[in-house]
Amino acid sequence: MIMSQDREPLFSSKNLKLLREPLDDSNPITVQVLGICSALAITVKLEPSVVMALSVVFVMGVSNVVVSLLRSSIPPRIRIIVQLTVIASLVILVDEFLAAFAYEVSKQLSVFVGLIITNCIIMGRLEAFALSNKPWPSFLDGIGNAAGYGLILVIVGFVRELFGSGTIWGYQVIPEGAYGMGYENNGLMILPPMALVTVGIIIWIQRYRNRKLIEENPS
Amino acid sequence: MENLVNIFVKSIFVDNMIFAYFLGMCSYLAVSKTVKTSTGLGLAVVFVLGITVPINYLIHNYILKEGALAWISPQYADVDLSFLSFILFIAVIASMVQLVEMVIEKFSPTLYANLGIFLPLIAVNCSILGGSLFMQERAYNSLGEATVFGLGSGVGWFLAIIGIAAIREKIRYSNVPPALRGLGITFIITGLMGIAFMGFMGIKL
Repeated sequence: MIMSQDREPLFSSKNLKLLREPLDDSNPITVQVLGICSALAITVKLEPSVVMALSVVFVMGVSNVVVSLLRSSIPPRIRIIVQLTVIASLVILVDEFLAAFAYEVSKQLSVFVGLIITNCIIMGRLEAFALSNKPWPSFLDGIGNAAGYGLILVIVGFVRELFGSGTIWGYQVIPEGAYGMGYENNGLMILPPMALVTVGIIIWIQRYRNRKLIEENPS
Repeated sequence: MENLVNIFVKSIFVDNMIFAYFLGMCSYLAVSKTVKTSTGLGLAVVFVLGITVPINYLIHNYILKEGALAWISPQYADVDLSFLSFILFIAVIASMVQLVEMVIEKFSPTLYANLGIFLPLIAVNCSILGGSLFMQERAYNSLGEATVFGLGSGVGWFLAIIGIAAIREKIRYSNVPPALRGLGITFIITGLMGIAFMGFMGIKL
């Protein structure tokens, strides 16, 4: 990195804000409404959710830095193609890596690894942030947003696996005795629609706690 | 023929892009405020899916698949280029979207103005790339099957966005808890619609 005189410290409060904001106030899923597509389909269990979150952290961190480095040399008219190419190359890396080292999970994720390419969070943050900022803040912005995305993924995965299968990360956590007393796994939680309802409820709780996020004039 | 109808119905109702796979949710949530704009976007998606899936089918079967290059010369029979599929598919999709954009701008400027930013965003609409990737994963046998699958998925998406837009137009008059207004209630309604659509599960013609 080039040293300059008026360089701000790496973790100045402004930079930390870039990391922290997406976790709550400007969460990509619940507030910016980005990247919902892949967020919901793979959250039946905790493990694929975590793998997906880590893949997105990697792709977003690296692609934000690359695009930020290239930002002055990308002609504006073809920037979408350039961004897609950068993202697609990184996603191919992730896909090959998962297929080699985590074959089971990669089978479960099926096409959704490829769909990271069209994950709107990545394109959205590239457009909104990386194209007009230096590499280091862009990196933090990417990591922060991917972490906010991952946070929701992990919460939804946790809830759905706990209530849907009675397990967490594949280990049984609901005691056998509970089933004896008439407890049953909620089969509905495994089905796709419940992911939407779970996210809906997360949004509800978040906005209830954080009143300024409430939409004044919806629809 | 029966097979084609089966794929068509299945891709509309059973494997619905929105309710079963959550593909294309971003534009689905953002554009579904009025029925009119949703119709425009829905038609554009049907069109783009109907074009890109068959094109990508040809690319997959004659260029990328293992042994697909054998038609050039037998010595390429063991070349496997399928790791390139993401990049090639997305390139086809981006150029097709550009084309559709120019056509709509020429023939229907009002629709073009209504769709605004969302038309270029079809390029990053997950349902389009998802259609091509599902086509690759499910290994359809003929160009006809791939085309029908693409169109069917598009129609399914179209129905879903029209449905939610109609509900959202009406829900304006309901007393929704403030924290749930807008995004939250839309999620929950979509979930309920998804449960309703699950009633179609197992349909086979």
